[in-house]
Amino acid sequence: MSHATRHGRRWAATALAAVAACGALAACGSAAANSSAAGATLTLDSGQHVQTAENLVAAFEKKTGIQVQIRSDDEDALADQIATEGSHSPADLFYTENTPPLMSLEGKGLLSPVAAATLSHTPSQYNSPGGDWVGVSARTSVIVYNPSLIKASQLPTQISQFADPKYKGKLAIAPQETDFQPIVLAYDRAYGKAATLKWLAGLKANAAGHIYPDNETIASEVNQGAVGFGIVNQYYWYRMRAEIGASRVKAQITHLAPHNPGYVIDVSGAAVLKASKHQAEAQKFLAFLVSKQGQEIIAHPGTGPGQSISFEYPLASGVTTLAPETPFSQLQPYPITIAQLGTGSAGIALLRQAGLL
Amino acid sequence: MTSPGLLEAAPPRPGRPAPGGRAVAPRRARRPAGLIAVSAGVAVLLALPLVFLLIETSGAGLHQVIALIARPLTAELLWNTVKLTVAVTAGCAVLGTGAAWLVERTDLPGRRIWAVLIVVPLAIPDFVVSFGWASLWTWVHGFRGAVLVMTLAVYPLVYLPVAASLRSADPVQEEVARSLGTSRLRTFFRITVGQARGAILGGSLLVALVLLAEYGAFELLGYQTFTTEIFTEFNLSFSVTAACALSLVLVGLSLLVLGGEGLARGRGRVARMGAGAQRVSPPLRLGKATWPALAAVTVLVAAALGVPVYSSVYWVFEGGIPSVTAGSVSMIDALAHTAGYGAVAGVLDTLAALPVAMLAIRHTGRARHFLERSTYLVLAMPGAVIGFALAYFTEQYLNGAGYQTAPLLVICYAIMFFPLALVGVKAAVARAPASLDEVARSLGQGKTATLRRVTLRLAGPGLAASFCLVFLSVVTELTATLLLIPTGVQTLATQFWQYETDGSYAQAAPFAIAMILIAAVPSYVLGRFFDRSAHAR
Repeated sequence: MSHATRHGRRWAATALAAVAACGALAACGSAAANSSAAGATLTLDSGQHVQTAENLVAAFEKKTGIQVQIRSDDEDALADQIATEGSHSPADLFYTENTPPLMSLEGKGLLSPVAAATLSHTPSQYNSPGGDWVGVSARTSVIVYNPSLIKASQLPTQISQFADPKYKGKLAIAPQETDFQPIVLAYDRAYGKAATLKWLAGLKANAAGHIYPDNETIASEVNQGAVGFGIVNQYYWYRMRAEIGASRVKAQITHLAPHNPGYVIDVSGAAVLKASKHQAEAQKFLAFLVSKQGQEIIAHPGTGPGQSISFEYPLASGVTTLAPETPFSQLQPYPITIAQLGTGSAGIALLRQAGLL
Repeated sequence: MTSPGLLEAAPPRPGRPAPGGRAVAPRRARRPAGLIAVSAGVAVLLALPLVFLLIETSGAGLHQVIALIARPLTAELLWNTVKLTVAVTAGCAVLGTGAAWLVERTDLPGRRIWAVLIVVPLAIPDFVVSFGWASLWTWVHGFRGAVLVMTLAVYPLVYLPVAASLRSADPVQEEVARSLGTSRLRTFFRITVGQARGAILGGSLLVALVLLAEYGAFELLGYQTFTTEIFTEFNLSFSVTAACALSLVLVGLSLLVLGGEGLARGRGRVARMGAGAQRVSPPLRLGKATWPALAAVTVLVAAALGVPVYSSVYWVFEGGIPSVTAGSVSMIDALAHTAGYGAVAGVLDTLAALPVAMLAIRHTGRARHFLERSTYLVLAMPGAVIGFALAYFTEQYLNGAGYQTAPLLVICYAIMFFPLALVGVKAAVARAPASLDEVARSLGQGKTATLRRVTLRLAGPGLAASFCLVFLSVVTELTATLLLIPTGVQTLATQFWQYETDGSYAQAAPFAIAMILIAAVPSYVLGRFFDRSAHAR
């Protein structure tokens, strides 16, 4: 009999715990509902690095008193999500590392036009051609390499040389990384489709076993000595150095030859969603991003207020980066425009045909 | 307690037409309308993601779907996915069964502690396991790395049901076999494995389906499968159509897995004859084999638990400058939400699995069988697909109501992990056959007393295992969570992911450790709650 009693108690305890958990959950749910009912709280869907977005939001909240809640996810997943949410999207703003997600939503008519005054802060070639999003910051592609595996003198200087069989087993690529599509598109513009497919096949063979999901992984695997070199945006190396400390960074970076199709600029931008019920407040956030104060947060490396470890090049209001990089004005990228890049779908089609996607 | 002698008459005699079924027990001949209705409701809810896939792909048109599926990469992905699934499932079946037998049936020193440590790896996110290994040894990548990491991450899916099954299996058969002169090894393979066969197959089925949907670990290991490609599609094309088309291939693969498991399972009957006071059966003495056995378990725990914990702790102390300073939620907050979501989803799933399991075990019929099997499909669908399905349905039919709220997120978890609960609950219901209820009722026990003293006692370990499996899976879920979590809330997994993708390993690591600790709680409860010695006294 004592058995049954003990069991009875245990089951009662389990049931009670479950009920308590349900109660707690309900409480959490209602608390969340209350805070969002407060009104002037904006929701920012962000594909930008968390620390960069958080530091910008903190400064914006302090300046305007408008609260901003951040939902961080992969920017492309967020673009799909916003498209699925359609006119019922609970988000007000979308902030990305690259332009294709923004171009995709603009094409679907889901973005509001950006205020002309805000657009004017950023050089027009880095804004949406249609005016539905504003360019905030930029990065450039560089070779990241591990000198203990490959000497600087042995590195390719042209992106076409990446497919040379002599680099077999030394190369890492991230074909699904959004930053890779501009390079593929630039290559296509420079050399044509047949040459691009042949080049991609060479990359696939050279990078077998080192095809990674993103630039972070390339940077860290190169640094650990798992693979010799790869192409990434310059800020991954700076971020890695800030994160793990300069003494642990074995990898180095270098530019490709000027105006080579592998030498491109990627733009980070932001937009207000058409579904937002707080259009005016949301526009204020865009204006803040390209203001001198917002741009300086991007430019000043550090973790304190008014700083970030963004390591991107600020684009607007004449602010320049304080990070020890090649100045933005001295970069010599391949001339491919944001409109030519579009949603990146042409690059995706090529990557699919080459069996890399 | 009921006397075993009385029950001897109950078992069916094979070879005679319709013996143990409808003819003997007329109660079961009735159509269980209530059970069917409730189960059908559950099945419909679980079919939502599939419906979403069909809506999305049909919108694209057959031509485009075929073009998406018939491209150069597909064959490569298919082969990668199949060989990985076979290798890891086999590895998990061996590791899980071996470990369960050592812990449940032998005098292995420190069994209670091992029982906890062996389960905990299930709650370490696969991306943490792969990060742990890959950051220590560069050879851990590609197929080799994927097999190693995934086997270590998911073998508890076999261990848990097998351990629960061995714990409540009748030891008499083993003793009879031994007393008749059968060797230990033969007894193990013929009796022990035989008794646990359903649990082993059930666990292996889960492993295979979970592998089909796995994403995080392979991302880091540079191994491409169908699911990594589905995520790539979600991420690249700004149209969920391609991802949905590929997901349908995944559904096809999981149908094959389900069919294979059904064939392997055949028709077995595992019910024991008495709830009884659990008889104290002396554990098998390992003798000289004690040290090798200890060494084997130690290596397993060191690899599955030690490596990820070590790398997490390493990063706490060795990480660089703290980078994220502003508004992130606190550890306590993330912990509370994770535990709350996991507990509610665990209870929901265990309750929802009961009618489906009862229908599957206690009744026969093709339609009912199909209904039960159909619920497994959802496990092979990537979390993001299920998340998008719910986002789609709330947007289309509810004007976005409920979207990104705690209840919808919990429902999403419950849908995703229902099959995990079903395996445990089915094992539980199989242990408590209806005939025992009838005997208990005929002996004058009331309905609730029967439930409490017979059904729940026999079913207990399986139900607890179900709850824990769901709870542990919720703790590590990431992709659907990112989509559906209420704005401003973080779980341990989302917060870990945010720091980790930002390269802030020092700040990510404590969240990994918290996930491991929170997983230790149900694992410990599981180990202790139904410990044999607690019953014996």
